Amino acid sequence: MRRSTSLAVVAVALLAAGCASDKPTATVTASQGATAPQASATESPAAGTGEQSKFFVQADYDAQLAMRTKQAQGPADKPWEQAIDPQMTDTAGYKKSGDVHLCFSNAAVNNPWRQVGWKNMQAEVSLHKEITKFTALDAEGKDDKQISDIAELTGKGCDALIVSPNTTATLTPAVEAACQKVPVIVFDRGVETDCPVTFINPIGGYAFGADGAEFLVEKVPAGGKILALRILPGVDVLETRWSAAKVTFDKSQLEVVGVEFTDGDAAKTKNIVSDYVQRHGKIDGVWMDAGATAVAAIEAFEDAGLPVPPIVGEDQQDFLQKWKDNNLTAVAPTYPTYQWRTPVIAALKILKGEEVPKTWKLPQPKITAENLDQYLKPNMPPLHYALCGCETLPGFPANWGGKG
Amino acid sequence: MKYAIFVVLVLLLAAIALANPFILEPAGFLAFVKRAAPLVILAAGQYFVIVSGEFDLSVGSLVTVEVVVAARLIDGNEAATWPVLALLLALGLLVGLVNGVVTTLLRVPSFITTLGMMLILSGAVFLWTGGAPRGALSQTFRIFGRDTLYAVAIMVVVGVAAVLLTRATYGRTLIATGDNERAAALSGVRVTRTRILAFVISGLAAAVAGIMLGGFAGVSAQVGQGLEFSAITAVVLGGVALGGGRGSVVAAMGGAFTLEAMFTLLNLYGISGALEYTLQGVIIIAAVAAGAVQLPRLTPTPRKGDAHAS
Amino acid sequence: MSERVLGSLSLRMGPAQVVFLALLAVLVLGAIVGGAEFMSMETVVGIQQRSAALGIVAIGQTLAILAGSLDLSVAVLISLTSLVAAEMMESGNVAGGVAGALAVSVLVGLVNGAVITKFKVHAFIATLGMTLVIKGVLDHLYDGPAGRVPDSFQRLGYDRIGPIPVSALLWAGVALAVWFILTRTRTGYRIYAVGGDVEVARLSGVRTDRVVIITHVLCSLCAGIAGLLLASRLGAGAPTVGTDGGYDLESIAAVVLGGTALAGGRGGVAGTVGGVLLLAVLDSLFNLLEVNSFFKDVVRGVVIVAAVAVYVRRRKS
Repeated sequence: MRRSTSLAVVAVALLAAGCASDKPTATVTASQGATAPQASATESPAAGTGEQSKFFVQADYDAQLAMRTKQAQGPADKPWEQAIDPQMTDTAGYKKSGDVHLCFSNAAVNNPWRQVGWKNMQAEVSLHKEITKFTALDAEGKDDKQISDIAELTGKGCDALIVSPNTTATLTPAVEAACQKVPVIVFDRGVETDCPVTFINPIGGYAFGADGAEFLVEKVPAGGKILALRILPGVDVLETRWSAAKVTFDKSQLEVVGVEFTDGDAAKTKNIVSDYVQRHGKIDGVWMDAGATAVAAIEAFEDAGLPVPPIVGEDQQDFLQKWKDNNLTAVAPTYPTYQWRTPVIAALKILKGEEVPKTWKLPQPKITAENLDQYLKPNMPPLHYALCGCETLPGFPANWGGKG
Repeated sequence: MKYAIFVVLVLLLAAIALANPFILEPAGFLAFVKRAAPLVILAAGQYFVIVSGEFDLSVGSLVTVEVVVAARLIDGNEAATWPVLALLLALGLLVGLVNGVVTTLLRVPSFITTLGMMLILSGAVFLWTGGAPRGALSQTFRIFGRDTLYAVAIMVVVGVAAVLLTRATYGRTLIATGDNERAAALSGVRVTRTRILAFVISGLAAAVAGIMLGGFAGVSAQVGQGLEFSAITAVVLGGVALGGGRGSVVAAMGGAFTLEAMFTLLNLYGISGALEYTLQGVIIIAAVAAGAVQLPRLTPTPRKGDAHAS
Repeated sequence: MSERVLGSLSLRMGPAQVVFLALLAVLVLGAIVGGAEFMSMETVVGIQQRSAALGIVAIGQTLAILAGSLDLSVAVLISLTSLVAAEMMESGNVAGGVAGALAVSVLVGLVNGAVITKFKVHAFIATLGMTLVIKGVLDHLYDGPAGRVPDSFQRLGYDRIGPIPVSALLWAGVALAVWFILTRTRTGYRIYAVGGDVEVARLSGVRTDRVVIITHVLCSLCAGIAGLLLASRLGAGAPTVGTDGGYDLESIAAVVLGGTALAGGRGGVAGTVGGVLLLAVLDSLFNLLEVNSFFKDVVRGVVIVAAVAVYVRRRKS
């Protein structure tokens, strides 16, 4: 009798040990700033901008636009340590002493922006002697691989886990599972849970999109024709940029004559801009949701023998150089790559038990004619991002592909 | 009916002209030709490979490699332009040679050889530059793709060379090889050498296309993305049979123009950016299906499995 | 190991055995380099989780390739079915979501097969065209991830029995089913016949068109199952999950790595399973060594080409 009971107990225990799930049992879907998307705004699209994106969230939009004028707290010369409106969270529970094993699940390194950021992070890690081991896995742009990567990292004895999610909604369950084992720091794109200790990113896409659109509204006379160039549909961070620009354009006297997707392809961009110039005789302003193809757009005007109209780019080196050389009327909103330094700093603070902002909003400056010279670094490669905050890091500029 | 594609092309151009008469002016027409030039050159190169019964999937990443290598080596230095140009052509030639040798002598199906080459090239070049392009192109380099007359002239030269090559003995041995390898070998065709040369031509064409695309639009990390599929589609639109043995290089280049005209037209009539792909897909399938129905094989060639492996 | 030893060893073995031998070699290498970390539970589970979706697609791709065809549209079909499933499951109707996704797959497979056989369009162009058609629809309808699958369905992607995830069991189930079809049924025999020589098959009374259509339906069904698995992993449907995963070319590469001839008629499921596992274990080894993704691509390219070169040489001799 005793024997069979103990056998049963063992069997149950084995079953319990054997049947496991790596999925968190309770799915908390409290969201991080993602209130339910509103039914598309009732106002009719006036300026040729089409329907509003499903991703547009009025409250987030208002919050981001307000943040642009707020003074960030923190050391003035280190924007990556600054925070806007920080609501501090207690981290005493994570305090530990001694060596740190830091882990990082990276969405991808498949574009120049992520390349610059990744180099920033590696250099930041090398600044801190207490980080004795840094394990990073690259998901190569695949959601499914990143989910496995996160699960694998949580089993590797990491003291803290940094995650840069490939997509927002789909990485949420994996991050929730990781939160139960290690302190998690999320940056760049968010996740739909508040379980990470901190979520770090610059102000965001609405501010980016509005910065560019407002510049055009200011510089282009009423009735002017605007061409909007977007990379791809369906990418949340890019959707917010366009939806904010759309709001601005809809309120303005400008006419958006076209909204086109370029796939981020320079040749295609040049063709599209040439076609519009040819068809409309004149384009008075160009808005873009990302700067990678800005120079191609500028060249389309040059090749047509026309002056370059006011244009929105980004903080990429080739665009800034062209801007300076040709004395363009331009603005460069940014999504600074210095945000890749912050997660490492945050992780060490958390492991020391120091409080960190729950939502760590970094400043997101824009480059204007006034501060162009400050950001233009002639010896850097063409697709380098100026707001890397990397000038004082070890290995600069060679590790970032620069000379000198 | 061998040149049916040109009827389609004329119709498309007429439709474009209806919406935008600019294309009827010399400047407008040249602009269209210039835009199509890189794809036309790629299609001409791909024709040789396809008609010999093979595939070249590596041309897209080879284009990217050419541009990224050019930017790093030239690094804004005008004096470096010409030596680098020579090196780029040599690089295209070398990649084609390796594709050809692995496919013929090691008997790896070209789909796999060139798929592997695609991975190797795109990996290797960014390994070399540390993830993102660096350096800059020179003004002299840019001229070949940016200046309309240069671009059109290069395309014409490449086109004429391709036609001459297909009219020469080589063209006939190529078609014989693709049509029936064994029969060709028995009648004294050096099948291996013929195929290797086809890959070398495709590699060279990709190098030229890369030089022109880099010239046209500047340094970019994804300049060649998807071009292998566009080139193959263009060739097939031109009525060249996948599996080899049938088709003309002129029609293949016509296919490239047609594809470009289709992009222009869809853009012009403002088809929703997204549904454009759907329409493209339907048109391509329909065109190839129509070709297959119109042109029943006069000489039935045994269809062994699928035609894409030797 | 010298080439001669390898050569004489491989002379006695089919490609499927070679790929498992290579798999073993990489595992040993991993154990030597990584020690306990490589053999940890997380790594073992990770290898299986990472390879399940690709594995299921590759099984389907094996069928298409064996019949002398191929399918480039699996990647976008995975995205499409993940969305169909997640949107239908949003109301909690799991069975409906599964049925919907599979129905869409069957439809796509039927169209692919019909275009290839009835309109005589080369499989490469037919499925490339289908890719564009579906991509357009996806871009038009979706701004990003959509739908939500219930927690119960997410167990498919996250639960495991000891070191074996349910997703791996699903993969094994699909592989066994297809193995059964290929080796124990007349349909399987006909698939090999059509892939071997379509004319001979036709002359010996096989309705070749029907066989090609069936393989494309089965191939699309596998893609649909992979779409379901990914929906359960992601908790939602995603319009780019298939193309981001590169399931089109990677599944073809895995099949060929497993020793199935691209021309059709030769090969089988076991080799494909080995090919997928080899790619996944290599990935884990790269993870362990923190090799960057560009170097990985170079190695993958070399491995695929080299493997096929080895198989072809042996077939000749």
